[in-house]
Amino acid sequence: MKFGVVIFPGSNCEHDCYYVVESVIGQPVEFIWHQDTSVKGFDAVILPGGFAYGDYLRTGALAKFSPVMKAIGDFAKQGGLVFGICNGFQILAEAGLLPGALLRNVGLKYVCKFLHLRTETTDTPYSNILKKNQLLRIPVGHGDGNYFADPETLKRIEDNGQVVFRYATASGEITPEANPNGSLHNIAGIVNEQRNVLGMMPHPDRSSESLLGSADGKLIFESMVNALVRAG
Amino acid sequence: MVSEELLTQHNLTESEYQKIVDILKRQPTLTELGIFSVMWSEHCSYKSSRVHLRRLPTRGPAVLQGPGENAGIIDIGDGLAVAFKIESHNHPSFIEPFQGAATGVGGILRDIFTMGARPIAAMNSLRFGPLHKQQNKRILEGVVGGIAFYGNCFGVPTVGGEIYFADCYSQNPLVNAFALGIFEKDKIFYGRAHGVGNPVIYVGAKTGRDGIHGATMASAGFGEDAGAKRPNVQIGDPFMEKLLLEACLEAMQKGLIVGIQDMGAAGLTCSSCEMGARAGTGVELELDDVPQRESEMTAYEIMPNKKKEKEVFDVFHKWGLDVVTVGRVTDDGLLRVRQHGKVVAEIPNGALADDAPLYQRPLLPPKSIISSRLEHYSFLDGCEPAMIESFLSANPDCSRLLKLAVSSPNLACRQWVWEQYDHMVQSNTMVGPGSDAAVVRVKGTKKALAMTLDGPAYRVARHPREGAKLAVAESCRNIVCAGGRPIAATNCLNFGNPEHPEVMWQFSEVVDGMSEACNFFGTPITGGNVSFYNETFGDDIYPTPVLGMVGLIEDLSLVTRSAFQDSGDSIVFVETVNRLVGRIDLEDERAIQNFISSAIRDRLVKSAHDISEGGLAVALAECCYSNFQRGAIGAEVRVPSHLELVKDLFGEFATGVLLSTIHAAELCRRAEQVGLKSYDLGKVGGNRLILNYEGERAVDIAMDELESAWRQGLPKLLS
Amino acid sequence: MLRSAMKATVIVSLKPTVLDPQGMTIHRSLASLGLTNISDVRQGKIFDVSIKDGASRQEVERLAKEVLTNPVIEEYRIIWE
Repeated sequence: MKFGVVIFPGSNCEHDCYYVVESVIGQPVEFIWHQDTSVKGFDAVILPGGFAYGDYLRTGALAKFSPVMKAIGDFAKQGGLVFGICNGFQILAEAGLLPGALLRNVGLKYVCKFLHLRTETTDTPYSNILKKNQLLRIPVGHGDGNYFADPETLKRIEDNGQVVFRYATASGEITPEANPNGSLHNIAGIVNEQRNVLGMMPHPDRSSESLLGSADGKLIFESMVNALVRAG
Repeated sequence: MVSEELLTQHNLTESEYQKIVDILKRQPTLTELGIFSVMWSEHCSYKSSRVHLRRLPTRGPAVLQGPGENAGIIDIGDGLAVAFKIESHNHPSFIEPFQGAATGVGGILRDIFTMGARPIAAMNSLRFGPLHKQQNKRILEGVVGGIAFYGNCFGVPTVGGEIYFADCYSQNPLVNAFALGIFEKDKIFYGRAHGVGNPVIYVGAKTGRDGIHGATMASAGFGEDAGAKRPNVQIGDPFMEKLLLEACLEAMQKGLIVGIQDMGAAGLTCSSCEMGARAGTGVELELDDVPQRESEMTAYEIMPNKKKEKEVFDVFHKWGLDVVTVGRVTDDGLLRVRQHGKVVAEIPNGALADDAPLYQRPLLPPKSIISSRLEHYSFLDGCEPAMIESFLSANPDCSRLLKLAVSSPNLACRQWVWEQYDHMVQSNTMVGPGSDAAVVRVKGTKKALAMTLDGPAYRVARHPREGAKLAVAESCRNIVCAGGRPIAATNCLNFGNPEHPEVMWQFSEVVDGMSEACNFFGTPITGGNVSFYNETFGDDIYPTPVLGMVGLIEDLSLVTRSAFQDSGDSIVFVETVNRLVGRIDLEDERAIQNFISSAIRDRLVKSAHDISEGGLAVALAECCYSNFQRGAIGAEVRVPSHLELVKDLFGEFATGVLLSTIHAAELCRRAEQVGLKSYDLGKVGGNRLILNYEGERAVDIAMDELESAWRQGLPKLLS
Repeated sequence: MLRSAMKATVIVSLKPTVLDPQGMTIHRSLASLGLTNISDVRQGKIFDVSIKDGASRQEVERLAKEVLTNPVIEEYRIIWE
């Protein structure tokens, strides 16, 4: 089993992801340079947070032209696990690997804080060891995390159970107060139709060790390991 | 002889000009005049402050590098070292708050990573005029936005800092940026031009007009034409700087570089001169080869190893950066600049740095100092007059006073600010903003680093020497409360016009106070920055030294937070026998710090919070607020009857600490043993904060209500 | 020397159906200036593009469509000079 963490110019959470995979869940991991044209040999690819290309033009807009993105698109088509965190989610949405787009936060400001996520489905390789409605304490840190999709798309991803995490209160309610950025339906993370590509704005890479305030994020990485083991 | 106008434009005096002529043994060219102007500016040469700064302690067993390089360096064991420094960006932040603050963050990060260290934490100390004035809101919003913009994109967590408001900063906000980086002890790089024949390469965005006079601007006060100076503000490009960071660290790791120097405000020629002077070599530059563009001046001068020039180019190209060879290291000790085939400057490197003017400016104690009215309640400084009156009127309703205090500008919750900063990136932040000291773990070890910024400007304005000692003592105490041992500090000395003898007196006093306390606590100053001319229309700011203290926590399990942890725990208040305000007894301070340290080491303490602005009552409230780990929690305590209600609850007595524990008796016993006073005040629990005094409830308030007053304080002022 | 004989301006804006918090914030602040007749503000981006002499306009079309615009949320207009 081998994880890959992609480095785009301007990525800044690549070391955090690498550290969690290697030191917290103890799996082999390597960096993937954005100019690489193949992701052969990897079982899961993580697109880390950061400001790829400075977020110039739009978040994720220039990163989608990096050569590695074509390889990642093919990898996803073949069922490979592709996990975009924060800026990684923005890149996956720009690249069309996930539906919708991430707009500027409604408050117009960057927001960095711990909050609660409610698990909406356990039927994904990223949530298979969680329980439905399980609450996770995971922080966000973004300026453009306001999830948007047109009404049909939104209906489709809701009907298909593609929403994996929603922003919730500490008691698990989905309310406007729990929503840090104005995302439609409090959406924090979604999978594609095939369910092998996950994008989420919150950072499990910053909450996988209790000394950082929460180890809940680790459950997502462990779900991936679980899925890969099951898949053989 | 050059015209007076030309000299004024270059901020050089007649006698400084004469000195230039003496050094060169001829008239300077225009280019040379420009170089001297920058190198001999207050900002670069410290010509007014050097005679005083020499009195600061700069050495210690852990110090690997003191002042004089881009940043100070300390040894933290395990083969690792830490580089850190604080620097001001006050004037640019007044002209253009967003970009001024952003490029301030950029500058300090460069100082760290050009030494080979990866920046792992940033903090900032900010001062603004009161928020009931519209202009100050705009400046605050711009500065915070700029810091967030730069630090977040660059990917360094902004883990802490401080903000205070007072009238004197209305026209002259202070933006002091701190950064800390980590590296292997044997991989330190210096800004030195070694190896005759080595190429000098230039990396980054292209030089332009924007930055050229930045250094001279930082050395002149603002008159009415502040707006006209706007073009001097640089535009920050954190993305470019992030690429430079990665490329530089990669080239250093591969051993391709011998020296590196950030060009900062001073520009290419000056950084060359500094590199040459430090190494005792000369540097020859071809200006025609320097790319020109009017944009940000993030640029580096890099000395690659001669044989590895191509490999260096490859690394920078890989990261999408422009690189060009602009000169060579020579053996003649001269900075020689050519343009269009002609030599336009030829200056002895050493002279530029070593023969810089040195002024022993006159000192004079000021005739009047700020009023003693707020001596006990310095946090009220910067409040609206009505609020101050309301607090000082003999109203004994302590619940009401507490609500007022926690919602006041200097004590209100700073979440509105730090929520905009990414304080978690790099996944090391154990204790983030809003605590006494920030704590980041050191990956690959069992250790953590604690850091804090402290600048009690009101105290220093009242009594510069004592105020400076307080700053040192309080920052050490903050580190100790977090479970650490203070190791070394950096300082940013923000003062008014050095040509005012009162300002120089304040400066000298502050240096003496800081020096005494740093010697006492064994925390040398490893570097920093002096910012003079903080004045507008002739009014000097408060003398505002800001101290950045760094400490080491030997074991992650010793990391201690300031907030109460669990219901049912006892609350113990420990203080020195002598209750002083605005002054400090260093021996007493040491006693209390040693007491806290050993109590934490012996696992007797669940939380430790330093009592500071707003006194005991505010400190209690701060221990109760909700945080990312738990909801708000109440407490019920008994205020010792020999204390006086308002004065002792809110008064700012130096050196007290609130601990929560399940070993109250043992803690009190230990405190008595070392000559400290201690009180088992009561218990953590419930959802109200209750202070009983002589059989009555002096304070009885729901935590929800109190917390909401505290959290809404700043947003309300900003709306 | 490359000459740029032709210029184009690409205007990118959010689709009318997409919420624009920046435009809304600007709009909300107008009342205090007494600008009460402005009924809506939408924020967008503008790109000045120079094209080599004799080059096809199609390249600008592709730039606008494939790079400058995210079709999920944005639309574009090109103004030829």
